[in-house]
Amino acid sequence: MTASTASSATKLTYRPDRLRKPSPGRRVFQVVNGVLLIGFALICLLPFLHVIGSSLANPGELATRAFVLIPRELTLDAYRYVLSTPTIFRAMGVSVFVTVVGTFLSLLVTSLMAYALGKRHLRGRRVINFLVVFTMLFSGGMIPLFIVVNGLGLLDSIWSLILPFTVNAFNFVIMRSFFQGIPDSLEEAARIDGCSELGVFVRIVLPLSVASIATIGLFYAVAYWNTYMWAILFINDSTLWPIQVLLRQIVIVASGLNADASVVEVVPPAQSVKMAVIAVATLPMLVVYPFIQRYFVKGALIGSVKG
Amino acid sequence: MSAPLLTQRTEPADPLPPAGPSRSKRRGRAIWRHKTLYLMALPGIVYFLVFKYLPMGGLVIAFQDYMPFMGVTGSPWVGFDHFVRLFTEDTFFMLLRNTLVVSLLLLVFAFPIPIVLSLMLNEVRSRLFKRSLQSIVYLPHFMSWVIVVSLFYVLLTTDNGAINNLISRAGGDEIGFLTDPDWLRPMYVFQNVWKTAGWGTIVYLAALTAVDVSLYEAAELDGAGRWRQTWHITLPAIRPTIVVMFILAIGDFLELGFEHMFLLLNSLNREVAEIFDTYVYTAGIQNGQLSYATAVGMFKGLVGLLLVVIANRMAKKFGEEGVY
Repeated sequence: MTASTASSATKLTYRPDRLRKPSPGRRVFQVVNGVLLIGFALICLLPFLHVIGSSLANPGELATRAFVLIPRELTLDAYRYVLSTPTIFRAMGVSVFVTVVGTFLSLLVTSLMAYALGKRHLRGRRVINFLVVFTMLFSGGMIPLFIVVNGLGLLDSIWSLILPFTVNAFNFVIMRSFFQGIPDSLEEAARIDGCSELGVFVRIVLPLSVASIATIGLFYAVAYWNTYMWAILFINDSTLWPIQVLLRQIVIVASGLNADASVVEVVPPAQSVKMAVIAVATLPMLVVYPFIQRYFVKGALIGSVKG
Repeated sequence: MSAPLLTQRTEPADPLPPAGPSRSKRRGRAIWRHKTLYLMALPGIVYFLVFKYLPMGGLVIAFQDYMPFMGVTGSPWVGFDHFVRLFTEDTFFMLLRNTLVVSLLLLVFAFPIPIVLSLMLNEVRSRLFKRSLQSIVYLPHFMSWVIVVSLFYVLLTTDNGAINNLISRAGGDEIGFLTDPDWLRPMYVFQNVWKTAGWGTIVYLAALTAVDVSLYEAAELDGAGRWRQTWHITLPAIRPTIVVMFILAIGDFLELGFEHMFLLLNSLNREVAEIFDTYVYTAGIQNGQLSYATAVGMFKGLVGLLLVVIANRMAKKFGEEGVY
């Protein structure tokens, strides 16, 4: 898209003298542009590299060097310490559970609902669809949801991080338009062959939308994994904290700069341990990121067009 | 089956049993089919009723002195008292100021950066280089705010943080980025740009691929350099996208979100860091003023709704599809 320039211009004969090959000025521009972009990319990467580098350095080096990117001497002591305590594993376990079970439940409920409400002949679908989309614009907010979750007896239950977030209206809208894009003729053929509505959904629609469902599944998974705000509201029991809450407790609250005073005081952990905890919490996302990135880019574009 | 939940707008009561042989079989079958569909939608509908519309109904406690042990039915009604209190206390102006200033800073600094970034990425010729850059700048988007704030926390802290180490080595005085109220807003905006700018380019990059290449060829023939091509072709071509994104940003003007600010908030910078979203938590969960906090949240939610609706109207006027 950017590179094609003067090649097809031979037909147009007027002002041929103005036709130019990439000029020296253009070269300079390319280099400057590239350097600036690399600079921005480095700013994006540096905080990660700093934390990973520091987590692998020994405390002595951290105390004496101003800025550690590549440690002079590698040590896994901080990781050994972090992974020897059950806390991190438990928090990871909570996060994994919430992510896996939550994503599965969300996909199940969202896809069934999106399929049904995508049917144009369904009475009442316009009202329901409006009510769903309206929740994107206005909500009861933090306190009323807190009261509802409390009323359902879900406080300090791992399900409080899943059930209140089962269906995301945005994901629902995207999925509904996926399903509506499937040709009716396919479904009709299956129906004539005696397939029930559920059978059509399971045997025809789902297999045709595996890629789309995987995309939405990733949206849900990342959201569940990154859950933080509701966890501090709903979960007081520290054994049920997901990794995001634990991370904040260790890095920020334990340093004395806590926003809420209600938390138990902890001895500030050594700096390399802090670094290792951040690295461990970041790692799962860094590992899956290369695989999920392109699905998200696609999803972001669908969202911006159809949302 | 699920029909009662859908209230009046669902199927008219049909006296026929679904498999009834009389009348038209087709109609009976159609109703049966609908019932399966309603059943499929039922879990989702229940979800929205319980976790979206029940809390919306719960907003009535903003007009009560809600006491948890009395419930919504037993708590006394106080009318608009909480709203009157909100608008007459100094806190309101602090919240309004903090929210508006940060929103404005985001609009001025965080909004244009993805546009510039995508124009720059668009000039990159090597595909591999461009792809690699994109992969890197998208990465922060996937990190939770806790991770973002933690990554910067260890860089910015005065307790052997890298930036302050460098400053003091250079002979300067350490800066309390995390506690100094003057640094709260720059830090917030910087972290926001760091997390969202790369991801924000996606929409613009997509718009840029749609620009007609022959326009550039024609401009080249007319002797327009790369800058003038950018100014006269590229920017006008993506102007509709920019306008819509700008309008949507206006619609989200107050939506700073809870997490980021809450993570930066502490007792030393509260004066500038407390925004409506965090104040609902402070007042409601920490101070236990559930009704008052609900009123604060409701006020912000209604203003936000108004902004989104206006913004969407505007977006439609500009000939683009709105958000809903």
